[in-house]
Amino acid sequence: MAMRVLVGCKRVIDYAVKIRVKPDKTGVVTEGVKHSLNPFDEIAVEEAVRLKEKKLASEVIAVSCGPPPCQETLRTALAMGVDRGIHVEIGGKDYETLQPIHVSKILAKLAQEEKVDLIILGKQAIDDDANQTAQMTAAVLDWPQGVFASKIEKMDGTLKIQREVDGGVEYVEAKLPAVISSDLRLNEPRYATLPNIMKAKKKQIAKKSISDLGVDITPRVEVLTVEDPPVREAGAKVESVEELLTKLKDLGRI
Amino acid sequence: MLRFSTFLTKNHSCWVMMQKSGHGLSLRAYAASSAQPAPKSSTENARETKKEKKAFVTNSFVMNLFNGQLKSDQVFPFPEVLNQEQQETLQMLTDPTAKFFEEVNDPLKNDLIEKVEDNTMEGLREMGAFGMQVPQDLGGVGLNNTQYARLVEVVGKHDLGVGITLGAHQSIGFKGILLYGNEAQKKKYLPPLASGELIAAYCLTEPESGSDAASIKTRAVLSEDETHYILNGGKIWISNGGLAEIFTVFAKTPVKIPSGEVKEKITAFIVERGFGGVTNGPPEKKMGIKASNTAEVHFEDVKVPVENVLGEVGEGFKVAMNILNNGRFGMAAALSGTMRFAIEKATEHAVNRTQFGNKISTYGSIQEKLARMAMAHYITESMAYMVSGNMDRGFVDFQLEAAISKIYASEAAWFVVDEAIQILGGMGFMRDTGLERVLRDLRIFRIFEGANDILRLFVALTGLQYAGGHLKELQKAMKNPAANLGLILDEGAKRMKRVVGLNNGSFLTPYVHSDLAESASKVNKTIEQFGVSVENLLMKYGKNIVHEQFLLNRLANSAIDIYSMVTVLSRASRSLQQHLSSAEYEHNLTSVICSEGYERVQLNLNSLKTSEKLKNFEKMSKISQDLCKHGGLVQQHPLGF
Repeated sequence: MAMRVLVGCKRVIDYAVKIRVKPDKTGVVTEGVKHSLNPFDEIAVEEAVRLKEKKLASEVIAVSCGPPPCQETLRTALAMGVDRGIHVEIGGKDYETLQPIHVSKILAKLAQEEKVDLIILGKQAIDDDANQTAQMTAAVLDWPQGVFASKIEKMDGTLKIQREVDGGVEYVEAKLPAVISSDLRLNEPRYATLPNIMKAKKKQIAKKSISDLGVDITPRVEVLTVEDPPVREAGAKVESVEELLTKLKDLGRI
Repeated sequence: MLRFSTFLTKNHSCWVMMQKSGHGLSLRAYAASSAQPAPKSSTENARETKKEKKAFVTNSFVMNLFNGQLKSDQVFPFPEVLNQEQQETLQMLTDPTAKFFEEVNDPLKNDLIEKVEDNTMEGLREMGAFGMQVPQDLGGVGLNNTQYARLVEVVGKHDLGVGITLGAHQSIGFKGILLYGNEAQKKKYLPPLASGELIAAYCLTEPESGSDAASIKTRAVLSEDETHYILNGGKIWISNGGLAEIFTVFAKTPVKIPSGEVKEKITAFIVERGFGGVTNGPPEKKMGIKASNTAEVHFEDVKVPVENVLGEVGEGFKVAMNILNNGRFGMAAALSGTMRFAIEKATEHAVNRTQFGNKISTYGSIQEKLARMAMAHYITESMAYMVSGNMDRGFVDFQLEAAISKIYASEAAWFVVDEAIQILGGMGFMRDTGLERVLRDLRIFRIFEGANDILRLFVALTGLQYAGGHLKELQKAMKNPAANLGLILDEGAKRMKRVVGLNNGSFLTPYVHSDLAESASKVNKTIEQFGVSVENLLMKYGKNIVHEQFLLNRLANSAIDIYSMVTVLSRASRSLQQHLSSAEYEHNLTSVICSEGYERVQLNLNSLKTSEKLKNFEKMSKISQDLCKHGGLVQQHPLGF
């Protein structure tokens, strides 16, 4: 039986943007900064679309949680071949304090509402690098998880997941429904083509609010301060290997 | 010798027809005609010429410039044609396009193997890059001109060879089907063309017919049973000639004119390679845009069904010119992308390179170069989007502005990339830096799709013709002053104001941001002076002005400068009004552009009447004649042998 698949689409600051910390150190500057779909989520979307193309999935639904521009992020997923989108609108202060624990509950709730068989998420987002949402979602739902998947194969009622671990490759089998998180080598996402982007404009994006879902998003974590990484101090040039050794010895490093 | 056959005889649809312009140096060097997409039937045309009607009226800024008048509709405020949805769509389209060019396309490889790599071609097909302006229901992306310009800018930033492959296909190759095709032709041809499954080419140039496009020899004769035409002839330098399956071909056909006489007139045809008898030569070896395929295309007894006539029989010249006219803004857009790339390279080098103990960006020589590059780009970019914006607003009289944008963009891009190479020094000369290829690619842009020299004459002569029409009307009115009092008073007042200088600063003031008042007043002066110069030229030379190319070029250069200044005044005013973060920077660009443009216009317009300059032109003409007589230089070598 073909699966119904839910994919997560986080809107993050584009990977090519040079990140600047806000002067008041409460976070990073996001205004007027280019955003795009989290690259690991893009891989998740690609995988879901490929399942659909192989007729292993019947419908692919993309979810994004955040302010209105998240719809643009969803459009990217729709242009890649996702069938429809759900935008969970969270703005202002709520969004600033939104953490994986909250998102996992939102995703779990939607997974139940939409009766999905598989959730594919990026293994982490490139902004906060939390690497928690997939694991937490599986826990909330009490579904099996296959995280950092570099290959997935559908068997009868189960998924065979290949994971790259230290020292080799590990295979796990998970019963459906399940939660997967995508590693970098799961696939190479396609380019959204111009005609598909135009077609995606006609696809449906449903808007939901937190109260619709009845999920508690009270902050659990308080951000004290956000700082720039320390600037690397300039090194010193040495003339010869001997000099280098002497210097290192003087510094007590060797 | 040149002959401008329609000058001062017809009011509108003037095309500059030139006889035997020289040595066919240009690839595709045509001027343009009026911009109406819908062709007029021949009977309508006949009616038009018979009726001696009132002077043709247009809202084109440049056209009215020749009348010494400011028509603001098409220049102020700076056009903003995209609604929020179109804007968002465009943003969504731009990123993947840029990403594709950054990650998949390899411009140096394409240049080396002299073709667009197969995987890139395939990727471009999937991207939908071959049918950007084809309506969505026919398989295209359905972009308007402004949206298309933005994407073409991305292409121009990365690879002009790919740009020409795409442009020769959709900007000219099948543009005729979009503009003139009937429903059946559109349904049949556009879907496979939009998907890139079939490639198109535009076939006008012939060995004996370059800038003088009306002189083509390819012929199509109707078969006895009147079901098809038999096409024979050869075309050269056809972009995509070796790849295309569908050709827009221009050929002479015998046409019966109303008097009953049979005349040879140009007709446009949609020709499929599959019709048989279509062959092409090997890819030409070129200086630049090597990735794009350029080849001869030959037609030998090709049977073209009558339903493949594009537009009306005998109206092909207009089709040919209108296709080019509608595509020119794309060139300005693409080249503003090219300049953006070169300026990024140059600034990156300038802030990192240390010489004589300082970053070279701190030296005045480099600063002036960068500033001039930025100004040239600002003008080009503003022109590209002003023209595309006006096209999207439904204006059809943009032919002079489109021609100016092509002239300006192609020369500005050459200057900018050349200076970028100069800033990078030896590094710029190296292939892997990626600038030398761009310079080679750029050279053709001043030559093809209307050589800049021909387009300058086209701008000057079309404008003069328009002004001449209005002058004639005034002359006629003077014969019966009582009946035409209004017109005479109007024109009289206009001229009086000029003499007493009442117009000073007033034309542009309402449209330009107050911070730019000084620049506006300078531009204002140039507009007046331009009008006076045109009148003086027409009075002094009458229709013989067509032979005065030294003067026509200077007049055209002034028109280009004035249009540049007005365009940036409009854009910078918008930026100031909207308090953009770049407003002050744009203010600086605009001030310098207007200050220097003003000086150049003075120089050019003065040279139209100063006796010393006029003598110089005579002398240059003589020098050139001597050269030609001697087959090269005339003087003795300083060493005597």
